[in-house]
Amino acid sequence: MGSAGGVGGSGVIYEVFRQERKGQAFQHAGSIGAPNLEFAEVYAREQYGRRQESTALWLVPRDAIDELDDFVDELGRTYHRVDGYSLKAKLKEARERAAARSG
Amino acid sequence: MSEDEFLEYVQGGGQVETRDWMPDEYRAKLIKFIEMHGNSELMGVLPEREWILRAPTLQRKLALTAKVQDEVGHAQLIYRVVEDLGKPREACLDDLVSGRAKFHNVFHYPTKTWGDVGVIAWLVDAAAIISQKALLKCSYAPYARIMKKICWEESFHILHGRDVVLTLMNGTDEQRELVQEALTRWWGPLMQFHGNQIAREDDPMYVWRIKSQGNEEARQQFLDGYVPQIWELGLEVPDPKLRKRDDGVWEYTEPDWDELRYVVTGHGPRTADRLDLRRRARERSAWVRQVVLAEAA
Repeated sequence: MGSAGGVGGSGVIYEVFRQERKGQAFQHAGSIGAPNLEFAEVYAREQYGRRQESTALWLVPRDAIDELDDFVDELGRTYHRVDGYSLKAKLKEARERAAARSG
Repeated sequence: MSEDEFLEYVQGGGQVETRDWMPDEYRAKLIKFIEMHGNSELMGVLPEREWILRAPTLQRKLALTAKVQDEVGHAQLIYRVVEDLGKPREACLDDLVSGRAKFHNVFHYPTKTWGDVGVIAWLVDAAAIISQKALLKCSYAPYARIMKKICWEESFHILHGRDVVLTLMNGTDEQRELVQEALTRWWGPLMQFHGNQIAREDDPMYVWRIKSQGNEEARQQFLDGYVPQIWELGLEVPDPKLRKRDDGVWEYTEPDWDELRYVVTGHGPRTADRLDLRRRARERSAWVRQVVLAEAA
């Protein structure tokens, strides 16, 4: 039944984000194909909410997502991150100095 | 990124998103593997569907119906992942109903009695969830993410299956006999389920980290988890060689790999009937898809 190809397309692809409990972050759960938002809502409810496993869902048309993924630290700027501050050796030395002074 | 660098990346636990570059070979293997999973979910509902009307209580009918809905839902999510990799769902369904695509061996067999339904729901689902849990670490992240939901629903399926088996085992001698007969029928296909003993380093699905464990590891995990549970109910596993060695490894009679190959290439006892049912259902529902898409246009 190759002709089904003409009628079975997915329409719009919606990315689904689900929140498991109030207050938690919404996490990407998967995507669904639907002819329009009305159908997408029905499908998303069935897929991600029928056992009350979600408190809320976000449906976002895939085309509406603007993805940025080019984060390169070209200059090695560790000074604005915690991994730029290794205090262990310095603290050890400072404690030894303090002990020597009071001893 | 070169193909070698990609391989090193996924073998080091790296994950890949839909829009990332990936080698053609990796994409082709992903489609093949994930499509077969989707086909198996879709075909797996048919043996259970046959029992909805015959299930012994309303509760059992509802539970079977819920399971069927879950598994069709899994197929929808899985085909969506395949679509993003480049093969449309309609093409997957074309290949399925024409017999070009494969689905799991266990869905090619008949379900003779309610005992079969219990054994399938408990042990076939148990074998499947071992494979599926290993996919939570799949190198292709969109597939790994939907496996969370799938595994979560499968855990209800196993409990349902075990409940059916335990209820029968606590019933009459005839009911216990139904379970034993079903276990005897299903043991062969169950032992074939995880595939041949190919070393994982030689298995392309492991090399690309689509799977995170080898076939034999999965089978050993199944035996270790479930044989004791089978034995404690007083059931007999139809394999005189089955035993756990002192080093923890299970020994068993070599599964019938010829049967596995024969069955999954479309020659199982119920392959033709079930594909025919799927084909007719698709034809009968074509107008629904037409109306829905016309509505949206």
